[in-house]
Amino acid sequence: MNQAPSEDSHHIDVKEFHPRARAAIADPKIRQNFRKAMDGLISKRKNAFEGMDLEALRELGANIRLRALANLPDLLEQLEAKLTENGIKVHWAIDGDEACRIVRNICVARNAKTVIKGKSMVSEEMELNHYLEEHGIEALESDLGEYIVQLAGETPSHIIMPAIHKNTGEISELMHEKTGTDLSSDVEYLTASARQQLRERFMNADVGVTGVNFAVAETGTLCLVENEGNGRMTTTVPPCHIAVTGIEKVVGNLEDVVPLLALLTRSATGQHITTYFNMISGPRKPEELDGPEEVHLILVDNGRSTIYQDDQLLDTLRCIRCGACMNHCPVYTRVGGHTYGTTYPGPIGKILMPHLIGLDEGRHLPTASSLCGACGEVCPVKIPIPDLLVRLRQESVDGDKLNPAKVRGHGAKRGTLEALIWKGWSWMHARPGVYRFGTAVAARLRKLQPGQLGGWTNYRTAPKLANKTLHQKMKERDQ
Amino acid sequence: MSARDSILQRLRNRSGGKLSVPECDFSVLQRPPSSIAERVDLFEKTIESVHGEVHKCTGDSWVARLAEILSARGARSLLIPRVHQIGRSLRESGQDDLPELLIYDEPIKSWQPHLFNNVDASITSTRGGIAETGSLILWPTPDEPRLMSLVPPIHIAVLEASELYATFHEAMQAQDWASGMPTNALLVSGPSKTADIEQTLAYGVHGPKELIVMVIE
Repeated sequence: MNQAPSEDSHHIDVKEFHPRARAAIADPKIRQNFRKAMDGLISKRKNAFEGMDLEALRELGANIRLRALANLPDLLEQLEAKLTENGIKVHWAIDGDEACRIVRNICVARNAKTVIKGKSMVSEEMELNHYLEEHGIEALESDLGEYIVQLAGETPSHIIMPAIHKNTGEISELMHEKTGTDLSSDVEYLTASARQQLRERFMNADVGVTGVNFAVAETGTLCLVENEGNGRMTTTVPPCHIAVTGIEKVVGNLEDVVPLLALLTRSATGQHITTYFNMISGPRKPEELDGPEEVHLILVDNGRSTIYQDDQLLDTLRCIRCGACMNHCPVYTRVGGHTYGTTYPGPIGKILMPHLIGLDEGRHLPTASSLCGACGEVCPVKIPIPDLLVRLRQESVDGDKLNPAKVRGHGAKRGTLEALIWKGWSWMHARPGVYRFGTAVAARLRKLQPGQLGGWTNYRTAPKLANKTLHQKMKERDQ
Repeated sequence: MSARDSILQRLRNRSGGKLSVPECDFSVLQRPPSSIAERVDLFEKTIESVHGEVHKCTGDSWVARLAEILSARGARSLLIPRVHQIGRSLRESGQDDLPELLIYDEPIKSWQPHLFNNVDASITSTRGGIAETGSLILWPTPDEPRLMSLVPPIHIAVLEASELYATFHEAMQAQDWASGMPTNALLVSGPSKTADIEQTLAYGVHGPKELIVMVIE
């Protein structure tokens, strides 16, 4: 059984969440791979914050992100002005397609045929690789995990660890088949082989494409966080560097990145800091001997300005993409990243993707949660993810009460029968006499309750109604 | 309307109205004062925990120490800065067991394959370090270009103990980064690494496999 989407991953049906979830849960390999990785990440994160005032740091992180969002249009203009002054060209894109076209136009103008990529979730959101291939431009991933996922024709199953769903044996077989390396369980050998294969590609690439972790308005600086050095290669070796980022990634001051970086790396992988923190503020100067001659930044909206309109949903835009919410999610750990069928899996995906694809297509995302609250507790910028899940659930079944409706596909999940049941429920609860009568009747008839209650009793015993209601018992006690 | 204008207009005409701006309290980043020796110890401990190597030396002893380190590894070539004192010290040391000394004085295009395939080690200066995270601050220059600290399998960095800051925040403020950044600035905290294959750490995936820090006390 292979739950991984094949070549056509960009056309995966998000609505088919349940069949994929069932298949994933039945696959011990997927569960083992994720369980092992997530347990490791959870304990590393815990150790990394040892001895720190984590709550104060989270508070600061949240406030920095909120402050940046409060000043978002001004900061974007300041960022644009500062980057332009530094010699970086700034582009704006309403959606992923427009961003893809901008990348292609830059490539065409430079007669570029090969693009090498550092890790970028926004480029996944844009489906950039697919678009470039369709237009005759080769796009090669250089982050080891992304490289593996690309060799397999798959999509990332985790935003930080893209190939986490595969074990060493599977990766060895894949590399053997696609690149001719020897079959080996030696991770060092496999890594060294990838290094060799990619070094050639770096030297020959015409353009490097990366994401951005923080864009600093004050100094016009693009910050990239990474361990491998492929991000530095991608932004230094090819003659042209294109950075793509969501419009929400901007922060006001350079010092704002300090706490955010401390939170990001510790939350993501339990590191005090990553091997490289790369701050780019301009293309190569005439006297410099390396670095790209041209640097571009593409600011991508793709639904973000819509999320921005609503006071509660806005919190979604605080995210710094650490992945801690998925690492700690009991649902994600069991079903794996591909089950969601979305660019961003796990809790952050469940609150972000409905905005990008609509609540109709993303109808199962907000309900793929037990609302246990772990995601909200570990979020380094204190996004109240469970509250946002509840809000999206409400949006997806609401008639027209939530006015104005903010999310595309509002009410998509509303069913006549369910709506009627809840209407009756609320009618009954507003009338004490009817309520008392109803519960008394239910208690009398409890013997008639069926032993099997659909999906509930597949794994649990059926709950039995008590013979007396709580109201009755309280009354008896008080007498 | 251009994409730019329509995005900015949507953000400015936010239907929820203007957002309040929260106070940001940076005091959580402050650390109690520490001595240079304490900072060196913390730096050493932190960078060694991520596979970096630290050698404490003096201004007089570091070249001989470096020669030992490199010959133990069988390095045949060392890329050095042309202008910086580090390069001069190496060239003028008279130390005969150093590997062949190379200078990065041409644009990358003219010698890229050589740099990628034949240079064993490089040495760069630093603009200081950060004790708490075990980080080196590098601002590449025409004398020490960006790829110097990235492409050769062994990167040696020279760090003056007196330029070791307690935190990233302190370093950034002491050096007034906000008033102007170079085209490229870096924090380097250990050798290149990945855990993308089943969470197993492997070093030198794209950048150097080894990071050696000569701390000058």
